Amino acid sequence: MSSNCKQSSSNGNLCSSLKQKKAWESLHRTADGRKWKRVVVFLWLVVALCGLVCALTSSNGGNSERKVETSVSSEFKTQVSLEYCNVSKEEFHALDSLFIESDRVASLACCRESGYEMPSSCTSTCRLKMKGSEKWHKLVAENVEFNAHCPSRDESISTYVGLPLSKNKTMSFISQLAFSSISSGHLWYKENELQMTELHNHATYNCESISFCLAKICLWILAGMVASFNILKLHEKFSSQKHEIIQETPRAQQSQLLQQSQSSSRSTGKWRKKILVVFVLAGVVFSFWLFWYLDKDIILRRKETLGSMCDERARMLQDQFNVSMNHVHALALLVSTFHHGKQPSAIDQKTFEDYTERTAFERPLTSGVAYALRVRHSERKEFEQQQGWAIKKMETEDQTLAQDCNLENFSTSPVQEEYAPVIFSQKTVSHIVSIDMMSGKEDRENILRARASGKGVLTSPFKLLKSNHLGVVLTFAVYNTHLPLDAIPEQRINATVGYLGASYDVPSLVAKLLHQLASKQTIVVNVYDTTNKLAPINMYGTDEADTGLPHISNLDFGDPTRKHEMQCRFKQKPPPPWQAITASVGVLVITLLLGHIFHAAINRIAKVERGYREMMELKHRAEAADVAKSQFLATVSHEIRTPMNGVLGMLQMLMDTNLDAMQLDYAQTAHANGKDLISLINKVLDQAKIESGRLELEAVPFDLRAVLDKVLSLFSRESQEQGLELAVYVSDQVPEVVIGDQERFGQIITNLVGNSIKFTQDKGHIFVSVHLANEVMLPLDARDEVLRQSLNIVQVGSNASYNTLSGFRVVDRWRSWENFKKFSGIPEETEKIKLLVTVEDTGAGIPPEAQCRIFTPFMQADSSTSRKYGGTGIGLSISKRLVELMGGEIGFVSELNIGSTFSFTVTFTKAEANYLDTMQQQCDLAVPEFRGLKALVIDERRVRAEVTRYHLKRLGISVDITSSMESAYSYVSCYGKTSVSEHLAMVLVDQDSWGKDICFPFHNLLKMIERNGSKSNSGIPLKIFLLATCISSTQRKELKLDRLVDNVITKPLRISALAFTFQEATGFGKMGHNTRAKPSTLRTLLKDKQILVVDDNAVNRRVAEGALKKYGAVVTCVEGGKVAVGLLKPPHKFDACFMDLQMPGMDGFEATRQIRSLESECNKKIDSGEASVDMSENFAHWHTPILAMTADVIQATNEECMKWPSQLRHLAATSDFPLATQLCHDLSESNPCSFHVELRLGDFRSAMGDIMINSTAIKQEYLPTSCLSLFSGHMYCAVPLRSEPYT
Amino acid sequence: MERNLHKQLGNMKKSLFDQGYLDEQFIQLEELQDEANPNFVEEVVTLYYRDSARLIQNIEQTLENNPLDFAKLDNYMHQFKGSSCSIGAKKLKNECTQFREHCKTGNGDGCKRTFQQLKKEYAALKKKLEHYFQVP
Repeated sequence: MSSNCKQSSSNGNLCSSLKQKKAWESLHRTADGRKWKRVVVFLWLVVALCGLVCALTSSNGGNSERKVETSVSSEFKTQVSLEYCNVSKEEFHALDSLFIESDRVASLACCRESGYEMPSSCTSTCRLKMKGSEKWHKLVAENVEFNAHCPSRDESISTYVGLPLSKNKTMSFISQLAFSSISSGHLWYKENELQMTELHNHATYNCESISFCLAKICLWILAGMVASFNILKLHEKFSSQKHEIIQETPRAQQSQLLQQSQSSSRSTGKWRKKILVVFVLAGVVFSFWLFWYLDKDIILRRKETLGSMCDERARMLQDQFNVSMNHVHALALLVSTFHHGKQPSAIDQKTFEDYTERTAFERPLTSGVAYALRVRHSERKEFEQQQGWAIKKMETEDQTLAQDCNLENFSTSPVQEEYAPVIFSQKTVSHIVSIDMMSGKEDRENILRARASGKGVLTSPFKLLKSNHLGVVLTFAVYNTHLPLDAIPEQRINATVGYLGASYDVPSLVAKLLHQLASKQTIVVNVYDTTNKLAPINMYGTDEADTGLPHISNLDFGDPTRKHEMQCRFKQKPPPPWQAITASVGVLVITLLLGHIFHAAINRIAKVERGYREMMELKHRAEAADVAKSQFLATVSHEIRTPMNGVLGMLQMLMDTNLDAMQLDYAQTAHANGKDLISLINKVLDQAKIESGRLELEAVPFDLRAVLDKVLSLFSRESQEQGLELAVYVSDQVPEVVIGDQERFGQIITNLVGNSIKFTQDKGHIFVSVHLANEVMLPLDARDEVLRQSLNIVQVGSNASYNTLSGFRVVDRWRSWENFKKFSGIPEETEKIKLLVTVEDTGAGIPPEAQCRIFTPFMQADSSTSRKYGGTGIGLSISKRLVELMGGEIGFVSELNIGSTFSFTVTFTKAEANYLDTMQQQCDLAVPEFRGLKALVIDERRVRAEVTRYHLKRLGISVDITSSMESAYSYVSCYGKTSVSEHLAMVLVDQDSWGKDICFPFHNLLKMIERNGSKSNSGIPLKIFLLATCISSTQRKELKLDRLVDNVITKPLRISALAFTFQEATGFGKMGHNTRAKPSTLRTLLKDKQILVVDDNAVNRRVAEGALKKYGAVVTCVEGGKVAVGLLKPPHKFDACFMDLQMPGMDGFEATRQIRSLESECNKKIDSGEASVDMSENFAHWHTPILAMTADVIQATNEECMKWPSQLRHLAATSDFPLATQLCHDLSESNPCSFHVELRLGDFRSAMGDIMINSTAIKQEYLPTSCLSLFSGHMYCAVPLRSEPYT
Repeated sequence: MERNLHKQLGNMKKSLFDQGYLDEQFIQLEELQDEANPNFVEEVVTLYYRDSARLIQNIEQTLENNPLDFAKLDNYMHQFKGSSCSIGAKKLKNECTQFREHCKTGNGDGCKRTFQQLKKEYAALKKKLEHYFQVP
């Protein structure tokens, strides 16, 4: 791992490898993502390896060796240049010294002749320049050095030049020449400098571009990483979605899919392993290749180094040789000019010796020079005379310049055609003076060639006598006249006057040269004469052990006929290629490490996949178990409910028989318990239904206040028994009628109030209030008195009571809805309203630790509470879900021993008020009688007084409130005086404010007012009512006997109870106020009504007919839907129709639809005035109530209803909602287990418009009583048509 | 004599209920019987037997067919069951339910077996009810 990190950090993508790992770890989640991820990982691997290789090659790119090489070459160059510098300096020096002695006239020519020597510095610099451009970076040092030497050269030359300046003008020319060369050197230097900067710039540019490229690569890598991660993430998401989808598919399919995925994952696992093996093999191969490549590279570089070094040496040797050759040539010219060009000769042996001695440093390689004159045989005598010695012959041919040989040993030369006796010689070789050079074979050849070619000619190497070294002799011909450049050999031969020879000691030459160079110990140099290719003569160097291939460089010593070459080889064998080894081993290690990591990752993936599969299987099992649980619950509940209905029905029947008190008590207890059980089962069913999402909400118009009254009436007895105040308040701003699911709404409130009652014992109150959500948005602007009071709950009075309904402390209700999220965004749609319902109690409160699980099904505050208070804890959970279904939220605030307040919001649709007009009339029969009346409420608690005011207002009574009897007294007396007391019809006094001592005078006052006039004005006597929470019958009797109050109204206040009490007290509306149809009155309701029974089953038909006839109805029976449609075509005489749904031919649905369309046609005609008034009779609108009869409710309605055109459904729904709703209320009030009856009715209503009678539901409850209801001419009926469902 | 007769009638009815032939629907029917409809129950029962004889015949014919038309059988039996429910013939109703169960599962043998049982019950009830109505 660490090596992996190192590697990646060196490449600058540490993070990439880390992420890679992460990617690998996150990889094992899905089977689908694997392929992708593999590709990505592989990509990264490749990138990483490439980076590694790049780094290695760039780092090892011959740095060290190149450095050595460049340092060598630069060093060498400095020396060379220095040397040249010195050489040219010395040249001047020598010339100068020559000039001092010799004639000045000839010097010009000499200078001209030798002028080509001078530019040697130039040439050297030029060459340097060429090299400099290649090795720019090392040149800095070199140039500095060079520069440092140049001034000295400058100086020295000027001093030397200064001398001849006084003597001769020609010197100025030389000096100029010199200066120009120097200045050209400077110029070059500058140029070089420029070039250098240019190079530097270029280099920096290169550097920049390289770094830019690197940065770019890094960026690309990063981008790639990000992209790949995104892809991974996306893929994961996608696959997780896929899994979700998989989860949704049925289980059988799931398991199939699971198996598939298992097998696929297994196969991909194998594939992965194969890939891994391939990768590892590839890595190994790559590492071997890398080794081979790097090794080759190193060898190549070694060769190159050797070659360049060898070439360097060869060039140097050649240069030096050439330089000294030039010097010899110059000497030859000197001799030609001064010896032959002058009469008499300016040179004698002494001068020559001197000169050559002093210029010996110029020819460091020559052991000696000698000049031999060309003497023809004819001139021999004269020559010998002139010189004073005879021309001698060389004894041993190959020992020409041997120094140890005695002059006496040489015999006089035999007669030849011509001779070449040495006349001048350097002191070192002075023994050869007078020896005829033509007599030696080598020399002779040399001389012949030299004079023919006019160039320097070399002999083949031979052993020099003295030094025992191999040496060569260089010979130049000296011509007496100036020859043209294109002179033919003949001319040359003729013009020859003498020969100048110089012997070279090659080994010492080479040794000296090599000595000057660094790294001489690393390579071995051999110099060969290869004129004869087959037998090369080793001129220098020893034959050492072969250490690899030598490098051969050709040497050109200026003699075209001779060929020389230099062979170089390294002294040591090449060291093992460590770089290649480390690199390849590194790659190998990395590959193996990566392989190991991936292997581990693959194993882990497999493990996690296995775990995932197991988990999925367990999950499916758990889900299946959950579904099974729900199904079981639903089934069992349903199955329990059916027999329970029987039990309850039987108990009801039993109670109707003659029982004694004990038996009746038992029966009642059993009945009550049965009801509880049924309600519990219904709740469980509800829960199951909601959980499975099958619960659908209705949208029917309903009177909210009536619903609340109904809830209150459910709990009135309980609250009275417990002595609790139970009150409902609805804000003025809440509309009368809203569209929603009133049953569910009522259910929520019932749940909450039921809970409150359960947990509130013997003290305080339960207060239900309804406001618009908008009203509480701005607390400070609250106009509603109840809200204002609840804003700051303060203690009032001394008796530790608060300004709440009952005076007990309550929690701050405002806190209960502060967490509601959707509170602010309510009035987006104008037709929607959001209601806030608050149920406040002064109960035990919920302990803080239990508050979080209040809404969890089957969880109660704690087990002890469960024991103490009973219950299942399902109510709140259902409430919460219902509230959420209705687009609201539920919340609460609770404190121990103070109480709890539950708040919830629901969204309803605003309804037009006339929806409920007809029903309203029914409900508020008494309302017009009280409209315009005035009442005085005496209550010390403001909230309670507001509640009373709310109820009275609903009856159309305006209300004044006073807080005590005393203030009421003053109010009334005031009232009496101002004589506007006509409408003060009643005084309502709360029990708490009631005191006997103040009652009498108050009563008397009222009686007085009554006598004075109010009675005559309004015709209503002033009545006093006492509002009591709980009052015993004896108390009540007492009060009535006292005649202080007219009646006692027991709370909770309800509009019906109030109306009834008022009517009773005032004697109004005694007639026909009975809104509840009772079995005894069924006969009157059904009497003489025309009823059509449609059923295909004769027996059923007969039974229905019998049942209806019993109550006096006139029954017509028909067999099928078609006949029914014919009979019900308006105008007709029928008041109602009982319709079987499942009939052969035309079924109930179709028949109803046809009847409805006929009716609507007729109604249109009536509206447009086409139809006669007779035809419509008393009906302004044809709508025959059609009551369906079936047992198979769910199937029939659900399937059929959906097929109905929505318009029809709507028509049917709207036209009959109120009526059906009212029936539902009646049903539910008298029978809690008929809850699902209503649901069924709802189902059917939405389909057909009227009512469906389901014998399952109503069997037990309604069989004995045969309930029938009649509202405003429409009839609803639950008749014992069948005792059992068809199916 | 009158009292005896009434008692006898009561006993008979009780035995019918005890043996599970009838259920409370029958009582409901009797309740519907009054001066205006003195023989309502008898009338209904007679109607039932007239109507159901046709149904039983239909079912028998359908059962002879091969393969069995379960939809048709179910339809007939539905009607028969509805009628039986109306007069409160409890045992018959149970048989009907079982028959329809068999129809649903496509159990032809079960159907035939149940139908034999049903016919037996049908005849037994007819005999008992005839006896019951003859008493006054």
